[in-house]
Amino acid sequence: MDVAVVFLPLIGAIIAGLFGRQIGDRGAQLVTCGLLGLSALLSLVVFHDVVIAGNVHVTELFTWIDSGSFELSWALKLDTLTAVMLSVVTVVSCMIHIYSIGYMAHDKSIPRFFSYLSLFTFFMLMLVSADNFLQMFFGWEGVGLVSYLLIGFWYERPSACAAAIKAFLVNRVGDIGFALGIMGAFFLFGAVGFDQVFAAVPEFAEARFTFVGIEGHALTIICILLFIGAMGKSAQIGLHTWLPDAMEGPTPVSALIHAATMVTAGVFMVCRLSPMFEYAPVALSLVTYVGAITAIFAATVGLCQNDIKRVIAYSTCSQLGYMFFAAGVSAYGAAIFHLGTHAFFKALLFLGAGSVIHAMSDEQDMRRMGGLWKRIPYTYGLMWAGSLALAGIPFFAGYFSKDLIIEAALGAGSDAGVFAFWMGVSAAFLTALYSWRLILMTFHGKPRMEQSIWDHVHESPKVMIIPLFVLAAGAVFGGAAAPFLVGDGREAFWGESLLVLFGNDSIEAAHHLPLSVKLLPIVVAVLGIAVAYWMYMAQPGLPAALARTFRPIYLFLLNKWYFDELYDALFVRPAFAIGRGLWKKGDGAVIDGYGPDGIAATTISLAQRISRLQTGYVYHYAFAMLVGVVGLVTWYILSRLG
Amino acid sequence: MSDWPLLSLITFLPLLGAAFIFFIRGEQEDIARNARSVALWFSFGTFVLSLWLWFSFERGTAEFQWAEEVLWIPGFNITYRMGVDGISMPFVLLSTLLTPLCILASWEAIKVRVKEYMIAFLVLETMMVGMFCALDLVVFYIFFEGVLIPMFLIIGIWGGARRVYSAFKFFLFTLAGSVLMLLAILAIYFETGITDIPTLLDTRLPPEMQTWLWLAFFASFAVKVPMWPVHTWLPDAHVEAPTAGSVILAGVLLKMGGYGFLRFSLPMLPEASALFTPLLIYPLSIIAVIYTSLVALAQEDMKKLIAYSSVAHMGLVTVGIFTVTQQGIEGAMIQMLSHGVVSAALFLIVGVIYDRMHSRLIERYDGLVERMPAYALMFMVFMLASVGLPGTSGFVGEFLVLVGAFQVNTAVAVLCASGMVLGAAYMLYLYRRVIFGKMTKEDLRTILDLSWREKAIFAPLIAVVLWMGIYPMSFIDVMAASVANVIDNYEAALAAAEGPSLAALWPVE
Repeated sequence: MDVAVVFLPLIGAIIAGLFGRQIGDRGAQLVTCGLLGLSALLSLVVFHDVVIAGNVHVTELFTWIDSGSFELSWALKLDTLTAVMLSVVTVVSCMIHIYSIGYMAHDKSIPRFFSYLSLFTFFMLMLVSADNFLQMFFGWEGVGLVSYLLIGFWYERPSACAAAIKAFLVNRVGDIGFALGIMGAFFLFGAVGFDQVFAAVPEFAEARFTFVGIEGHALTIICILLFIGAMGKSAQIGLHTWLPDAMEGPTPVSALIHAATMVTAGVFMVCRLSPMFEYAPVALSLVTYVGAITAIFAATVGLCQNDIKRVIAYSTCSQLGYMFFAAGVSAYGAAIFHLGTHAFFKALLFLGAGSVIHAMSDEQDMRRMGGLWKRIPYTYGLMWAGSLALAGIPFFAGYFSKDLIIEAALGAGSDAGVFAFWMGVSAAFLTALYSWRLILMTFHGKPRMEQSIWDHVHESPKVMIIPLFVLAAGAVFGGAAAPFLVGDGREAFWGESLLVLFGNDSIEAAHHLPLSVKLLPIVVAVLGIAVAYWMYMAQPGLPAALARTFRPIYLFLLNKWYFDELYDALFVRPAFAIGRGLWKKGDGAVIDGYGPDGIAATTISLAQRISRLQTGYVYHYAFAMLVGVVGLVTWYILSRLG
Repeated sequence: MSDWPLLSLITFLPLLGAAFIFFIRGEQEDIARNARSVALWFSFGTFVLSLWLWFSFERGTAEFQWAEEVLWIPGFNITYRMGVDGISMPFVLLSTLLTPLCILASWEAIKVRVKEYMIAFLVLETMMVGMFCALDLVVFYIFFEGVLIPMFLIIGIWGGARRVYSAFKFFLFTLAGSVLMLLAILAIYFETGITDIPTLLDTRLPPEMQTWLWLAFFASFAVKVPMWPVHTWLPDAHVEAPTAGSVILAGVLLKMGGYGFLRFSLPMLPEASALFTPLLIYPLSIIAVIYTSLVALAQEDMKKLIAYSSVAHMGLVTVGIFTVTQQGIEGAMIQMLSHGVVSAALFLIVGVIYDRMHSRLIERYDGLVERMPAYALMFMVFMLASVGLPGTSGFVGEFLVLVGAFQVNTAVAVLCASGMVLGAAYMLYLYRRVIFGKMTKEDLRTILDLSWREKAIFAPLIAVVLWMGIYPMSFIDVMAASVANVIDNYEAALAAAEGPSLAALWPVE
């Protein structure tokens, strides 16, 4: 059955992809949605089987690689962590498949789109159910591939193609870290299966090795390398530049891949590898710092973007930062919990944004929106639900998960934790601010679009709205899972799938914090909403005035801290320039010039010079002989004398 | 089972086909048609025969199988000796698989001197297969050099505009290396009095001699692989060669270098290998990976781009072989087989649009997916295999090599891993410029998607790429015992060598 959960989407993808022309658009939609729906239902059965009945197991398919002691199989590892991820991924993916029927109705290559979506789901499921590093890497690269394909789905747009390549390459940079981490793990433990490695970790807790001349704590080095991979996939600061550009893809893709599932793979990885990270405290604090900085960085940038999808993209980036610093302070349960709730409310926000874009005839700039709430009331309400959950307003899903993360950071008591706490609180304020900025700019105020577009504004069809309600249900009631995932029952719930060393239990510590700390995130969130109201409803001229007064800061934020420009100048241009230089100068002028071409040219010129000696005049030859005789005699005499 | 000479049959069946074609007479048209069919049937028959080799091959032993022995030049103790082990057998199959595909690919592309072309290809197949099967140094050398002749002709006669320059460059580069190898072979013969490879594998050559022998072999194999900086013949040869020529060149000829390292340098000259690995092999390979990847990024000609990518991929192979770890060598083997299939396929991919538009320039194309969806899909699969996406053959090879390298030297692993990004960069950039975008060129609007003949060429290659990626065990099983044997002998030899030299350094009191 677990095999069916994972492979049904693959079958759907193959049918829709290869036989799309034969079965038609409708056929492709039915096949992929049907199989994915089945997979989602089965995943709930698996969840029951694994989590409630306690049947944790590994389903081995067949050997993949067996080279010396480097041996591993294709296998599905079913434990609580996997079961949770399976359910979240399949349910969200299923909703997005259905939504896409409506959203992509006018597209010219529908089977291709659905094939990609299902293929993505397959790779994602392989990733979360991997029982060894390499299979995880397989899923990891696979989701990256489909992400590439889907960002570039509208291949006629140059910007989409560029964004697709950028996403793939930036991810690859991270993947080098991941790959080296895997090699390091194999080098240290002599195995790449999770079970073998985790069992061996305590034994190697103090081991050291030398990596590129740096001698250090082996587990720390490995964990940092692996984390670099996670940073790439989860768009953490430094390797985040691809995520906003990835919004070039169709909106359902942004919702599924670049919000709900794929980008959370890095968080999942750190949690899955908690038995290793727990023994590498330095690596964990690095995770915390990176997560905390990303949370605040992305929130500041999100504040100044005008493209509705980019605001949500930066919001995703920021929320991923939260998940990472949760994992960094050993609150893995909270990280996964937030991953789950975030999947629902962020997918909801994206699809809501998609519904707005759909209504606005593909307009994405919020400066040309406004006053939409009357025309598209369902979307409006759903966006509120999503935003309330995102801002962590009490009793919505985000309240339970996000507040816990912020508290756990303080509860951990470390320097990194305290830093993350303050960053988290500040980012919470900004989160509320940009969320309501989005709502107010989009739905309220005077309509700022052209009349023809305004006349055309319409609510989306049922096939798009109903999935939104399902997701909204998750965003509103998802907090109900809190007692199991992060409450007192958490140890029984997670079983052996997460490891928290004694003394690192920050979730426990979070439960004992004073009330004032617990209230702080809520207070700042409400404050953020109030400020947004003040700036965008009460005093609409204020944002522009602020932007004028603090122009350098505004530009800095608007241009996303100039990361793209920096990378372009540091890596992209030099790579092309060096490549061209090596080709023309290195290969052409030096190697060929002094090598084959040079030798050939020398041979020819030598031959020509020698040929000039053959003049045919006897007196020339006689003179040469004379010179020779004189030379020989001189040499003879000198050598005799000397 | 092994009383009939299977290997000789596989080796010389194509030659028989060539003789057949030689005697075809009649109208120009008929000759061409018959020559194509005869060549296809003979090469296909060879492939079927070689499948027998695959199935009858006994796994789990490092012994040479299907061994044959005929005394050839008794006075010099030179014997015609054939046999395959887990290292050479996969290459025999690679050669026999690619040849019929090449002939299919040339079906319509070659219009002049079809008869001679087919003869050249069949002779080439004989030489390639013979080289991988040969178990006597002299026989090996004859086949090794013999490969040059048909290839030289194929580039020089059926090539592009600068074919003569390229053909000579190719010939002189490889010949310069081979001459040194010939000297080395003679030196071995005068030292030991034998040219029998299996016996030589167990013979220890004096260390001071090893250094020179190693360098001589290195000169020959490094040109073949090709390693930086003796790689510049490759882009030129590829660009000018006809499609099928590039396929064999990239698919099989480059592997002769890697095979040579694995068959001769490492097992016969272990001390010298240990000495030169950090001095020559690692630096040159790393330069190859990074340098040629960057150069590939700047290319405007598709074939040149793929040629440069070959140099980068083969750089990983040399690293893998000289890590002398189970993962490293098996990874190098898989990488060679994978590259043999993938780069061959990529050249065929370029050939498809070259046949239609007669241009290899990237800027000549855009938005092909619009008109050629099947082509775009095939291109995608091979591109991803070249990039090394897990699930394709490229990944298994690349990753195992890096695993091997990591155990020996982490810096080498890190530098080679940078190829993961650079490789993806130039391939994705190529794909985007050719396949994606809006179709703006008027004359592309009537371009046709793959024909059945072309699909039939790509289908087996895709199957192999996925098979090797998802279940590489069928290949690793074949080679594991032989690879383990190489490593054991290497380590034993080094251990034996270390004793006296250590004793010399720290005399025991």
